[in-house]
Amino acid sequence: MIISRGFHGRRPTADRKLPPGQYETTGFPVLSAGPTPRLSAADTELSVTAETGRRHTWRWADLMALPSERPTVDLHCVTKWSKFETRWEGISLDVLLADVETDADHTLVSSHGGYTTNIPLADLLDGKAWVVHTYEGEPLAPEHGGPLRLLVPHLYLWKSAKWLRSIELRDEDEPGFWESAGYHDYGDPWREQRYRGD
Amino acid sequence: MTSEEHLPDDHVDGNALAGPLAEVFTADVTVAQSECAHCGATGPVARLLVYRDAPGLVARCQECGQVVLRYVRTASAAHLDMRGTVTLAFSLAPE
Amino acid sequence: MARATVQGRLGERLRWRTAEVVGRGSEYAEATTLMLKVPDWPGHLAGQHVDVRLTAEDGYSTQRSYSVASTPEPGYLEITVQSLPDGEVSPYLAHDMAVGDLLELRGPVGGWFVWRPEQEEPVLLVAGGSGLVPLMSMIRARGSSGGRTPFRLLYSLRSPAHGLYTKELREGLPGLDVTYLYTREAPEGAKREPGRIVPSDLVDHGWPAEFAPTCYVCGPTAFAEKASAYLVLLGHSPERVRVERFGGTGE
Repeated sequence: MIISRGFHGRRPTADRKLPPGQYETTGFPVLSAGPTPRLSAADTELSVTAETGRRHTWRWADLMALPSERPTVDLHCVTKWSKFETRWEGISLDVLLADVETDADHTLVSSHGGYTTNIPLADLLDGKAWVVHTYEGEPLAPEHGGPLRLLVPHLYLWKSAKWLRSIELRDEDEPGFWESAGYHDYGDPWREQRYRGD
Repeated sequence: MTSEEHLPDDHVDGNALAGPLAEVFTADVTVAQSECAHCGATGPVARLLVYRDAPGLVARCQECGQVVLRYVRTASAAHLDMRGTVTLAFSLAPE
Repeated sequence: MARATVQGRLGERLRWRTAEVVGRGSEYAEATTLMLKVPDWPGHLAGQHVDVRLTAEDGYSTQRSYSVASTPEPGYLEITVQSLPDGEVSPYLAHDMAVGDLLELRGPVGGWFVWRPEQEEPVLLVAGGSGLVPLMSMIRARGSSGGRTPFRLLYSLRSPAHGLYTKELREGLPGLDVTYLYTREAPEGAKREPGRIVPSDLVDHGWPAEFAPTCYVCGPTAFAEKASAYLVLLGHSPERVRVERFGGTGE
């Protein structure tokens, strides 16, 4: 091993709140697999399509009329940074999906710009996921997924799709953008499920 | 040339694929001509737009912006997804 | 047997080699040139880059990519590092590494953004900030190969205090024209107002498209995007405009 004398770098820290292999950051790194879409809240339309083909849609005003929550959560990115106690405001998926009839087990979430990610439906329910529009008291900035992103903090952050456009409820699991390119299908940071086979 | 700290929307070129893809190709991929599966545009891989502030490398067509190839390097494997590429043409020295 | 040959070549390119810092050159406060001795280094093509790997005493390691600045030669190369605030690697390379320290590197890689001495057409180099590094390797390769093809360099930089290779460029080379485009602060008496690159800079100091030069553009993404778009607008064939964006802002 060739050591570069005096080099320390950033390495995983030993804080007990950190999942294995993660280090803490106080910044908010921006990751993206393509250009940042510039979308206006006024033109926002979110859709949920059940496996039966039944489609539900919400315009921005519809979403704002729903009861909102203010979760404070820790974020864990598969590129190894974690950020503690981020404050968001948005709508619980329990509220959003309350009137949707479905027997599906899987979801495929799609973003403006073509990004997709798959999440088991159970992981979007029971207070575990939100559709958020506000971060630290400010409208969510485009680089962080504004005007609307998904927030599923118990999974790696690539599951929290930015620029949310639609959620498809499916009988069959279909891998999304990173899941089909070698990343883990589920992505639990506490079990360090980074890559397929982990 | 340095390669730390980027801004949103920051991308580099296909040149940046030379190092990572040297692990899986014997020839230099960046001079190969790729054909985009979405719009049919052709050009050297070096001219693709590469987003690397991401869990993997995402190369997009310089004409239509669609994904041409994706590369994920895990601790023990490489995943190269080329469903956005019709062909990849290399010029090689005559046998 | 043929297969074994290919694997041998591949292994060579991917093999991490030990490099020793044998000198440091200060460019300006944030930028340092590291002179590296690499006993079995095969040399590079001007414009190529290398992967640099740093390993801490406890085994933690990380890698980055840097363009080679020096003229191609076996056993030796130089990289120029601009220290970025909060960078994990660049402040260490630029400020902390001392003569005698070791790092690892592999490569060289990249076959597109390169200049070869056998090229006969005129060359236009357009550099934004530390995008000058691979272009400097081309200028040096031209010099050391006794090249006569005319080179023009347009170098966009923040102020006279932010220049790389200042003395060497001032001394100049026959057949090399250098134009400085200051973005924030120009020296007294400069005719051009400070500002970002505009098409007239390329018209006044570049080559007409009819000369069919090869253009090499290197710099931060926004700079490279703009400069290459202007060149194509001015009639240069896109195939002759070779671009290397390296991300970040800067000049």
